[in-house]
Amino acid sequence: MPMSREEVYTKVQGVLVDALGVDAEEVTPKAKLREDLGAESIDFLDIVFRLEKAFTTDPARPFKIPRGELFPDDLPNLMNDERYVKDGKITPEGLAELKKRMPFSDFSEFDKNPTMETASSLLTVDTVVNYMQSKVNH
Amino acid sequence: MRWIWIDKFIEFTPRTSATAVKNVSLAEEHLHDLYPDFPIMPHTLIIEGMAQTAGILVGEARNFSEKVILAKIGRATFHQLVRPGDTLYYFAKISQLNESGASIEGIVRTGSDAASPLVAEIELMFSHIDKNLAGAAFPEHNFVFTDQFRDLLKTYRSGAQIPL
Repeated sequence: MPMSREEVYTKVQGVLVDALGVDAEEVTPKAKLREDLGAESIDFLDIVFRLEKAFTTDPARPFKIPRGELFPDDLPNLMNDERYVKDGKITPEGLAELKKRMPFSDFSEFDKNPTMETASSLLTVDTVVNYMQSKVNH
Repeated sequence: MRWIWIDKFIEFTPRTSATAVKNVSLAEEHLHDLYPDFPIMPHTLIIEGMAQTAGILVGEARNFSEKVILAKIGRATFHQLVRPGDTLYYFAKISQLNESGASIEGIVRTGSDAASPLVAEIELMFSHIDKNLAGAAFPEHNFVFTDQFRDLLKTYRSGAQIPL
């Protein structure tokens, strides 16, 4: 049965509250997982596990998130590639690659000043909700 | 001192669950260190016992080929103190397992059945570090699963049948 965005949002919010130890009010659509909610690298695996659990309705068919699909795990490699990053700035090729790997993120702000240092701001609560909505209603 | 906080396994179902036992003895130094004249087992070491029970379960799931480290204590709720003479039963169940790591749900009781007094509820997450810390270098050998941990499982599997 399709899930509404609100239903998906409520579940994602619960997962982030449990995984990051934050209050529900802090989990707003635009909140950045790292900067605003304090997520550290290991928390991303925890979030994936908790999402899989929260969105599994039939234990015989567990919901699985393929590695790197929600949170790309090869960004460090990307950063070391001269085609993609030059003098700390992301090149047009790099930006295209990021957009390909993070299709659920909103790039409108990031496009104005794309640097690797600010790339983590692409991971927001909305990113997770967008991803989950595409999965559960697919 | 050997850093080992479980005495033996009494149940081990690969990739699913494990139960380990720890006998708490007044002869152990750590009981005397926290509160003088009131020996209790520190909560941190109860978490360590669960981490060892669950860590071996997670490591065995991939034939000890991964370096499994405790990455996160999601929750640890304690319901009663553990005193000398108590026997702890660590029940660990794998909740999620993939190539990056695993999460487990753990229960600690002072008896083997579900009606026994509840000591703690512990949720842990383990990471396969070679997979998750891109670029970081670790020794080739598996420094997590030393012989003393593997021997625990070997003893359980052989039934410790040593003829006298």
